[in-house]
Amino acid sequence: MAKYLLLKHYRGAPAPENNVPMDQWTPEEVDAHIQFMADFGTRLEATGELVGAEAVAAEGMWVRYDGEGKPPVTDGPFAETKDLIAGWMIIDVDTEARAIELAGELSAAPGANGEPIHEWLEVRPFLAMPPTVDG
Amino acid sequence: MSVDDAGLRPLVPQVLGVLVRRGADFATAEDAVQEALLRALATWGDDPPDQPAAWLTTVAWRAFLDLTRSATARRDREARFDAEPPAGAVHSADDTLRLYFLCAHPELTPSSAVALTLRAVGGLTTRQIAEAYLVPEATMAQRISRAKRTVAAAGLAGDAPDDVATVMRVLYLVFNEGYSGDVDLAAEAIRLTRQLTELTDDPEVAGLLALMLLHHARRRSRTRPDGSLVPLAEQDRALWDDALIIEGTGLVQSALSRDRLGEYQVQAAIAALHADAPSVDETDWVQIVEWYDELLGLADTPIVRLNRAVAVGEADGAPAGLSALAEVPDGVPRREAVAAHLHERNGDLALAARLYAEAARNAPNQAERDHQTRQAARVNELLRRR
Repeated sequence: MAKYLLLKHYRGAPAPENNVPMDQWTPEEVDAHIQFMADFGTRLEATGELVGAEAVAAEGMWVRYDGEGKPPVTDGPFAETKDLIAGWMIIDVDTEARAIELAGELSAAPGANGEPIHEWLEVRPFLAMPPTVDG
Repeated sequence: MSVDDAGLRPLVPQVLGVLVRRGADFATAEDAVQEALLRALATWGDDPPDQPAAWLTTVAWRAFLDLTRSATARRDREARFDAEPPAGAVHSADDTLRLYFLCAHPELTPSSAVALTLRAVGGLTTRQIAEAYLVPEATMAQRISRAKRTVAAAGLAGDAPDDVATVMRVLYLVFNEGYSGDVDLAAEAIRLTRQLTELTDDPEVAGLLALMLLHHARRRSRTRPDGSLVPLAEQDRALWDDALIIEGTGLVQSALSRDRLGEYQVQAAIAALHADAPSVDETDWVQIVEWYDELLGLADTPIVRLNRAVAVGEADGAPAGLSALAEVPDGVPRREAVAAHLHERNGDLALAARLYAEAARNAPNQAERDHQTRQAARVNELLRRR
């Protein structure tokens, strides 16, 4: 088993094909999308492949140590051009192929007109401890 | 069998309180009580002693002596032990009250005070508290140890500050955490506040209990089975818990009659007016605005002004609500949501839709974000159909 981080982006990812802002969908389309996401998580819990998932706020800060006795530096809210993570899910799956398959399903979440969003998701394997027994 | 099943949890603060009064340092006393609980679970079986609290006190005191055994210290403690009255009936309201003050000590961070209160006064296990806060058990164990050390370092084992306001703040924090895992923190906060009302004679404590009961009464109607939020206006009032409403309303009325007004009593009065209305349209919004004016006199915060603007909008119409809202600075959580609602009622759908979308972006939690996204989608659909 290996863990993978699936990242959803507010900005910074290539634009999805069905790119309509959520507030322009109908309330039913919004409901369908939320239900899809909830069902996806429930299903992965049932297969034992879900480790965790959280959404994060749209705004954040970059922060850096600025030297002894000085407060940390922030550059305030992110500038427009920066990549922004919207949320993450960690899955624990048997193969990379399975991680890609699940990310593909997640990207098919319904959007405007009930059509899949075709959103790009970033899939990053976790670095793990070396095995205690050599192959 | 667990500490909960055996009914031991309510005894924890009593026993701990006795040990602390006898001069035990808080941190070691707390460990000793946990050990006594484990021994009780292991040995009582179906045959508990006649006086469980006395049994626990004796065992915990011995455990405390074991835990702190060292040549010189032991002599002092044994002399002190000899001088103590024998363990008998140990109920002492003062001891328990002192624990409340210790656990809400102002030197503690709010999260540490909450964890320590749940463990020492509430008698929850570290695992239960960790589950409720969705953090690893080891993390919570460290947080509690650190809190105990802070209390010990403040040197206040026998001399807790008696500011009941800090205790109430901690209990209200517990209440607002809601619940996850197998512990319902809102119910736990109510249990502890109920106990506190029996230990003190403060109308604000009664006000806090009333406020919790009145909010708790509406809990089943606040979310749909799928977890989505239901705003007050759309809640099914048949789901409200009448017994809790009656108890909460009675409590706040008798607290108010003592003429020592405080924030929690006022908030409870507002909650009682909501609970009292058969429908949102029949709510006495005028009286609610008056209570908000009272609340401003006690605590003039942007959040109070924001809530007041909602009430003014209902009592005197959207334009009046919008001018009340103008006094609330930007950046206050949920300001956009309130503005969106008032602009929608005022007929400015385009602005309302923009503000709902902004409220979704700035929402503090997933349920609220989903709710505001739906609102934006709903108003945008109205606009398209025009």
